[in-house]
Amino acid sequence: MANMKVEEKRKQRTRISGALMLIEALKAEKVEVIFGYPGGAVLPIYDKLYDSGLFHVLTRHEQGAIHAAEGYARISGKPGVVIATSGPGATNIVTGLTDAMMDSLPLVVFTGQVASSVIGSDAFQEADILGITMPITKHSYQVRDIQELPKIIKEAFHIATTGRPGPVLIDIPKDMTTLEGEFDYEQDVQLPGYQPTIHPNHLQIRKLVEAVSQAKKPVILAGAGVLHANASKELQQYAEQQNIPVIHTLLGLGGFPADHPLFLGMAGMHGTYTANMALYECDLLINIGARFDDRVTGNLKYFAPNATVAHIDIDPAEIGKNVPTKIPIVSDAKEALKELVHQEGKPADTAAWLAQLNEWKMKFPLAYQNDAQTVKPQKLIEMIYELTNGEAIVTTDVGQHQMWAAQYYKFNKPHRWVTSGGLGTMGFGLPAAIGAQLADKNATVVSIVGDAGFQMTLQELSVIQELNLPIKVVIVNNQSLGMVRQWQQLFYEKRYSHSLIPNQPDFVKLAEAYNIKAFRAKTEEEAVNVLKQAFSLKEPVLLDFHVKADENVYPMVAPGKGLHEMVGVKPCEESLQ
Amino acid sequence: MTVNNRPGVLNRITGLFTKRHYNIESITVGHTEIEGISRMTFVVNVEDERTAEQITKQLNKQIDVLKVNDITDQAIVARELALIKVSAAPAVRQEIYTLIEPFRASIVDVSRESLVVQVTGEPEKVEALIDLLKPYGIKEVARTGTTAFTRGSQKTAASYKTPFII
Repeated sequence: MANMKVEEKRKQRTRISGALMLIEALKAEKVEVIFGYPGGAVLPIYDKLYDSGLFHVLTRHEQGAIHAAEGYARISGKPGVVIATSGPGATNIVTGLTDAMMDSLPLVVFTGQVASSVIGSDAFQEADILGITMPITKHSYQVRDIQELPKIIKEAFHIATTGRPGPVLIDIPKDMTTLEGEFDYEQDVQLPGYQPTIHPNHLQIRKLVEAVSQAKKPVILAGAGVLHANASKELQQYAEQQNIPVIHTLLGLGGFPADHPLFLGMAGMHGTYTANMALYECDLLINIGARFDDRVTGNLKYFAPNATVAHIDIDPAEIGKNVPTKIPIVSDAKEALKELVHQEGKPADTAAWLAQLNEWKMKFPLAYQNDAQTVKPQKLIEMIYELTNGEAIVTTDVGQHQMWAAQYYKFNKPHRWVTSGGLGTMGFGLPAAIGAQLADKNATVVSIVGDAGFQMTLQELSVIQELNLPIKVVIVNNQSLGMVRQWQQLFYEKRYSHSLIPNQPDFVKLAEAYNIKAFRAKTEEEAVNVLKQAFSLKEPVLLDFHVKADENVYPMVAPGKGLHEMVGVKPCEESLQ
Repeated sequence: MTVNNRPGVLNRITGLFTKRHYNIESITVGHTEIEGISRMTFVVNVEDERTAEQITKQLNKQIDVLKVNDITDQAIVARELALIKVSAAPAVRQEIYTLIEPFRASIVDVSRESLVVQVTGEPEKVEALIDLLKPYGIKEVARTGTTAFTRGSQKTAASYKTPFII
């Protein structure tokens, strides 16, 4: 009987085209926004999109589309959806896919492909995007049978958003968008080769509880895994219960409140003195959802040399990859923390350790010399922090401005920080801000970018203007590739090879060409004024800050050095007296 | 290791080895008793246990990979097939026949100047035969690489040695 019913249902199901299947699947997934760019191979898809009622954002370059989708995913926690055409459309998303793969962002990306009959013949706008993107996607598909399309899309959304999130690509030959088939989107996802471990092993949890009770100098290193798992509350609860100080990776910022007494700051190459020294001196290191990236650890030989390492990660391959780990816990961060909070065990006696850390915090805070005659980039970030009450969504590219933003914008809330961490992609910040704003329409979004990175994706100003997104674009303009220049100054005998750009365009005029209000500031006073003006406007504004050009990011762990070998640590003047 | 027999799956696996900087000694791929599932056997030279563990974990992350088993230190059946084309004037043929007999190798092709010897066995055995045939003049060698699985109902062992087989 049951079989007959299924059979009847099948008969009732009308046959629809592949393009329409895609639209229906996106509706079933409750996709709020699609970022994309049409072209020959996806014309049938765009035709069905035309009157689908789905919200599509036409970015001005496919790279803009995928970075916007990343920004959307980072803020909303939902998968970012991208459509690009075959060939150049598809190859233009390669950087974004790699970026999302490195930073574990859930994306479902559809690329057009030439018709099945001509694949392999070097047809017009043909690129082997499946082959190109295999190492930079969590998984990928090419549709070879129209009847498989619904199943593939369903699997893609499942894979992108579960376990360790990541980008999934679906390559659709043009004929597959016009061929018709039955659309069944109610089938269960069955992937025997993909069963992420969500719940922690009880024995390992007990081992960690035991290690904590023995520890004198424990520390938590929390990464973006905490944010993906929405585990900020649990992290704070656990740290407070056990009296363990917390350090963030670059991507983890906001997971633990920056103004919390147990917070030590960001770790790594441009981390705080206290965070890096705590990692060097600790006897128990609890890594929660971070992957021991080289920019965090410095030279592994000197990394946490005296510590027992515990590592909570949903991706088992990250555990023990770079740092030998005594207590491996494969789990979702939230599930592990929930279990840890409810365990019975003696909390660590950390009074002496916290006193030591507090002394370092007082003695060696992040510091810079202010100069009101110019705009100091650090001061600029502090001003933005104050004017936005620390509640803005901040997006950045990579480089000096990114590090200053990470250091001086004190994130007290989760899901406010959108930056390109692992891949370090210039041109990420501006399109990412579009996605972030669409994910949280009421938030104040500040896109802090460098003068060089801005020019890699500035065409997306057009989208910001078109949708009237009240994003504030802050250009930290030092007329150079600041971080490259800094390294050349420090490690290449000040031979500034191709890192200085004294003839940058007039960014104010440029913004005006896009019908976007823009201001320039060259002193601290001007900076305050234009910032106040910008934040009072409910429309996009571009701000060009001519900052002190030769400012460096400190403290710094030079490449190859251990975290304890930081340079540029400026002791607080008061403590010296 | 067992995988879904899907287009590109071999590409995914070999690409992963390239990406992670591991060198593959040999690969064999073929169908299993279950339709749609293939078995791949890799021989990989690794420096330490950590690398072996890392390779296993990375392979496991692939959606199309169903099961990875490091069988380096287990009781296994491992076999390789080799075809060896040897220069063989009629005068030495009888000698070669006698030579290969203990290896249970066979002659699968005979021409005026050469013979093709087929041998199956563990890689060491294949090596030994090739070595013995060298003095006659080896014209060509084709080897399949090792394919293997565990004997009986063996369970996974814990330690790693080089080279290791998955």
